[in-house]
Amino acid sequence: MTSPSKSRAKGSALGALARRPETGSLLGFAVVFAFFAMLGGPVFMGAPGWSSWLNIAAEVGIIALPVGLLMISGEFDISVGSIVPASSMMTAMLSGHYELPALVGIAGGLSVGLIVGYVNGVLVSRTSIPSLIVTIGVMFSVMGLTLGFAVLLKGSTSVSYVPDALTKSLLGQFINGMFNVSILWWLGFVAVFFFALHLSPFGNWIFALGGDRQSARNAGIPTSRVTIGLFMASGFCAAFVGVAQVMTYQQANVAGGQAFIFNSIMCVVIGGVLLTGGAGSIIGIVLGTMTFAVVNQGIFFAAMDPNVGSIIIGALLLAAVISNDGFRSLTLRAAAK
Amino acid sequence: MSERKPVLEMRNVDKSFGPIDVLHDINLKVHEGEVLCLLGDNGAGKSTLIKTMAGVHQPTRGEMKMDGKAVRFNRPKEAQEMGIATVHQFGGTYPLMSIGRNFFAGVEPTKGWGPFKIFDRKTANEIAVREVQNFGITRIDDGDRLVGGLSGGERQSLAIARAVYFGARVLILDEPTAALGVKQAAHVLRIVNEAKRRGLAVIFITHQVMHAMAVGDHFAVLIRGAIAADFRRGEKSREEIADLMAGGENMASLEAAIDADVQEHPAE
Repeated sequence: MTSPSKSRAKGSALGALARRPETGSLLGFAVVFAFFAMLGGPVFMGAPGWSSWLNIAAEVGIIALPVGLLMISGEFDISVGSIVPASSMMTAMLSGHYELPALVGIAGGLSVGLIVGYVNGVLVSRTSIPSLIVTIGVMFSVMGLTLGFAVLLKGSTSVSYVPDALTKSLLGQFINGMFNVSILWWLGFVAVFFFALHLSPFGNWIFALGGDRQSARNAGIPTSRVTIGLFMASGFCAAFVGVAQVMTYQQANVAGGQAFIFNSIMCVVIGGVLLTGGAGSIIGIVLGTMTFAVVNQGIFFAAMDPNVGSIIIGALLLAAVISNDGFRSLTLRAAAK
Repeated sequence: MSERKPVLEMRNVDKSFGPIDVLHDINLKVHEGEVLCLLGDNGAGKSTLIKTMAGVHQPTRGEMKMDGKAVRFNRPKEAQEMGIATVHQFGGTYPLMSIGRNFFAGVEPTKGWGPFKIFDRKTANEIAVREVQNFGITRIDDGDRLVGGLSGGERQSLAIARAVYFGARVLILDEPTAALGVKQAAHVLRIVNEAKRRGLAVIFITHQVMHAMAVGDHFAVLIRGAIAADFRRGEKSREEIADLMAGGENMASLEAAIDADVQEHPAE
């Protein structure tokens, strides 16, 4: 206690860094990136490599942010996998099939996400059914509705739409022919979510909710409103990705989007968010997303069997869960001494 | 001393859930700077009683008074606004959040303006550490520490300090020492004494007679939803209280019954 303050401050700063939940994610990213930089060679380190993994990271990253917030608050959202195609279809239907202005199509697509998110939130906060089950149920319902309406109104499972130049440049353009504009959107979302979780008082409510829901309610936190708001945010972000996909690929499909379910959860967990809720960070989620994207694209540049990529992702996920658990107990022990 | 108005008073309170009567004719008073110990075995109705006080349940019959005026709480929030705070065993603390964030959960201090109000971490940490230290927990000196690293007693102390800071006048402590070791329990009992010294009315729920006797001024024993005994400090011995809690049955006769059972069914 009376040891020289200087060395103690230095030690505790290092200790504090080691105890930060992001440290594991940063290490994971550094190892994975170095590995593929070595195997992938100059192409991977050049613009083609960077753009390919950043494009993937941006898409899944926009969804991983709210999914991460939900996980911190103790909830899962599986329905994002059905919101992406549903909102794509809505936008393409409104603007492509019915030839309404792009803005109407975009607004329609985004409201699909908000509405589905609202339904998720209400079902989860009003009943005692776990969100995992609720959102699986909602996912299948939305999938069915999307397919049903597509066949009913269009008679096919895909709709094409050619956006005007401005819409395309805002939501679906490739900068330099390589970097998707959604990378910039992703950065914007990161800033907004960082503010919400780490700077605003609202972030404290999210952590409290994941820590102990009952106590949070006793402390006067409007728990149902927070839960509904978070589900609406994840619906909105999934819908945003769906809308951006229409603008990029000029086509919407009823299928697809399923990959986002597990990919977003993996990004979040690799990013150090506890599956049980109560802890996590935006920086961690971003690092987890980047790690996932580097592996996902790195295997092509390294000319490896895609199955090897799955093995790496799986191993990373397990390592992340184990180290998250380890970091948590380390944190608690270090604080206790 | 006895002429002072009680802060919280229950008069002939009954509580039933449908056809099931849980509380019968409860009469209780608690004054400022006084610790009322509610003793009772599991299922005696302790938790229904404190939930009624805290506004979770409403009395079926009878009335509740605060400062002599009749009150009715429709929601826990209304009771909280009147200054009735409940601290549960481990409730009110989040292990993976810092002390400062825990202390201000739900009522975060902010700085900045408009939609860009940000959580004022520095102020939160300063106040949290100061308030907890004022309760004698000097080991807590860094508001950024995680609560999960604190001992059970320290977590209780943090929750109590929080309730007091946010204007509690009646502090309901629901089995605060139940899961704690001897040293930790002593810690919490000191905090209870400090709260009493500051003039709070404390309602201390426990089934550990020793802990009750260490801090209590006034004792009420609850058996099957009714107050079986109501006495002041020094009027009854530890054995008498323990016997009362066992349902009025003498512990000695209970032991005899167990012995008889053992003799009838001897171990193989």
